Amino acid sequence: MKKHLLSIDDLTREDIERILTRADSFAEVSGRTIKKVPTLRGQTVINVFYEASTRTSSSFELAAKRLSADVVTFKSAGSSVEKGESLKDTVQTLSAYDPAAIVIRAPYAGAAGLVARWTTASVINAGDGKHEHPTQALLDLYTLWRRLGREALTGLNVWIVGDVLHSRVARSGVMALGRMGCEVTVAGPPTLIPRDVESLGCKVEYDLSRIGEADVIYALRMQRERMQGSYVPSLREYAARFQIDGRRLSPSQLLMHPGPVNRGVELSAEVIDSPQALIVQQVESGVVVRMAVLFELLTGGDGDEGERAGEPVTRDTEPQPA
Amino acid sequence: MSDILVYPSGPQGDLLITGARLLDPRGGIDATRDLLVRDGRVAELAEPGSLGRQDGVETIDGEGLHAFPAFVDPHVHLRTPGREDEEDIDSGTRAAAAGGYCAILGQPNTDPVVDTAPVLESLIERSRTEARIPVGFLAAITRGQRGEELTEMAELADVGAAGFTDDGLPVASAGVMLMALRYQRLAGRPLALHEEDPALSGAGVMHEGAVSAQLGMAGIPSVSEAVMVARDCALAGYEGGRIHVQHVSAAESVLAIEQAKAAGVLVTAEATPHHLCLTDEEVRSLDSHFKMNPPLRSEEHRRAVIEGLRSGALDCIATDHAPHSREEKEQPFEAAPMGVTGLETAFAALHTELVLPGVLPLGLIVERMASGGQTFGIDAPSLEPGSPANIVLVDLGAEWVPGEPGYESRSANCAWDGRRLTGRVRMTVAAGRVAYRERSFAIGAVA
Repeated sequence: MKKHLLSIDDLTREDIERILTRADSFAEVSGRTIKKVPTLRGQTVINVFYEASTRTSSSFELAAKRLSADVVTFKSAGSSVEKGESLKDTVQTLSAYDPAAIVIRAPYAGAAGLVARWTTASVINAGDGKHEHPTQALLDLYTLWRRLGREALTGLNVWIVGDVLHSRVARSGVMALGRMGCEVTVAGPPTLIPRDVESLGCKVEYDLSRIGEADVIYALRMQRERMQGSYVPSLREYAARFQIDGRRLSPSQLLMHPGPVNRGVELSAEVIDSPQALIVQQVESGVVVRMAVLFELLTGGDGDEGERAGEPVTRDTEPQPA
Repeated sequence: MSDILVYPSGPQGDLLITGARLLDPRGGIDATRDLLVRDGRVAELAEPGSLGRQDGVETIDGEGLHAFPAFVDPHVHLRTPGREDEEDIDSGTRAAAAGGYCAILGQPNTDPVVDTAPVLESLIERSRTEARIPVGFLAAITRGQRGEELTEMAELADVGAAGFTDDGLPVASAGVMLMALRYQRLAGRPLALHEEDPALSGAGVMHEGAVSAQLGMAGIPSVSEAVMVARDCALAGYEGGRIHVQHVSAAESVLAIEQAKAAGVLVTAEATPHHLCLTDEEVRSLDSHFKMNPPLRSEEHRRAVIEGLRSGALDCIATDHAPHSREEKEQPFEAAPMGVTGLETAFAALHTELVLPGVLPLGLIVERMASGGQTFGIDAPSLEPGSPANIVLVDLGAEWVPGEPGYESRSANCAWDGRRLTGRVRMTVAAGRVAYRERSFAIGAVA
């Protein structure tokens, strides 16, 4: 494993399997009355959230606490960011507390990568702009793994439906699912599918006429803001064409969604409450998968510097004399 | 012909047109033949007199007349809903039939704008009882034609929109245009574009050139059209979208379309009879019957449009039939609204101004008038046996003065009003039904 988790690209298939296996063992801990292990006792994890988040920030906080780490969660509202402090200054300030890990969400692509250059801590990307959200992809894989079994991911046909253009979940998902051998299709209105997205290794559909081929339907959140800018004419027409409802979801298909759901837009109420829906399981997976990621990065990640060629070395060791 | 057209109901009568000169350039037909129509289709072409008497078939004496595939006009303003005083579905399709048309497409710049499925559905419903010939409708690209938010194009296409256009207005924002081209993949219908950069056309009322300089009226430069044509060809090429350039008036636009076609862009284009036949010299009369948008341009531009039609850079002829009430047009040129009617005079004007002087051959005019619907999925009519019977019977020698016999259209704002033209439509068969008989011809047939 590399030192940071910035992108699904940082992970090999073996890394992913190790994280999922580790998550499985933490799932057992979560079943106990005392849901805590002492693994990270004495270590500090700082959550830095520059964007609103409920489930990601709370599950990272819980994950770190269950590993017995000391946790500080820092949100941009009410912080010195509002007084104009730059990302770099904030990170350097927080780094002075000598954290083992910094979990960062920011509205800009590549923000987590920048933080990784400015700190000696391990950095976990909890969403950088519309670029990546690797722990979401991992928890989605874990959810499928639990439901279907380890071997079932290979050849699994997954359709990611909706606003792919503005979705970091979709981008990390396409890569992670592909890495595990799934066949991935992205589907949505052509205005919300990035040009040349096939280069990520997925197929593209502009209607749902063939969605019956999917084993898993992964619906994305359709944001109201997309009505401005003419991405779609109306939520009504979007729903008519792309909403996953009882007609489009067959009993043999599984349904996923990263939350929060717009009921009646991307999903109908009946499918949200159907037995095929894994939406609650995804939330449950969030804590154990993030425990596994913290564990692997902070204890297993002895770190091979060679793997991070090109990154400036800013660890707490002195630079080698030239 | 296509599921985007609403067909009039009523009986189809079998017909035998005898002794007419048939001309169908696309079908390779150019001969004097008897033409038998049975069950709404061209059943047979036979040597004159060889078919004998046909029971239950009305015989039409075509001696001395020409029969062509009837025309299709992709650009008609039916003014319904909202301005039924200027035109309605009945009068507009009657005017079309009188001009030799067997199918037309209505534009959506009505009041309300055709930008939602219910408005389109009500038009389609009314057409079932009111239309005299098959009619289809385009819907707007943007809500209220404001150029900002896309209409529910997928639903509109499902309901029967033949295509999308903000005609009368350009889609000024390139960003909105790109979104429309992307969304077109869902709607699957062409975007028909009124090309005009409002920043360049400004408050212009006529072509910017020598005549506007002399008359002291604000000009609309030819490049206000051409830059948008070039922009939209580039966007369509980038996105793989399908566009149709409406009423091309400028030499630079023809060039841009030629280049785009050569580069593989899916673009088609139309030219109007008035831009093919008239120039801004007409505006010296300050007669509002010569005010339209895009404006009549100089001779150099007219020549370029003619050459574009000849070369195929421009695919078809469309009238941009734009009825206006008398009180609106009876105003000073600068104050009058833009637009002229054209359905009833299109063939006669082109025949008089281009075919008779030897500028363009008759066959080319016939072909370009018949192919107006192809972009929108309406097959070009044909006289070949087996084809749906869409036939126009024309007396090429007949002289007449538009307006003298009155108009089928509710409006009279015709650029050729009061001018002598040569070539008169005597009868139109649309989708197997006789949709129009010229009065004297109908009386003659009875006698």
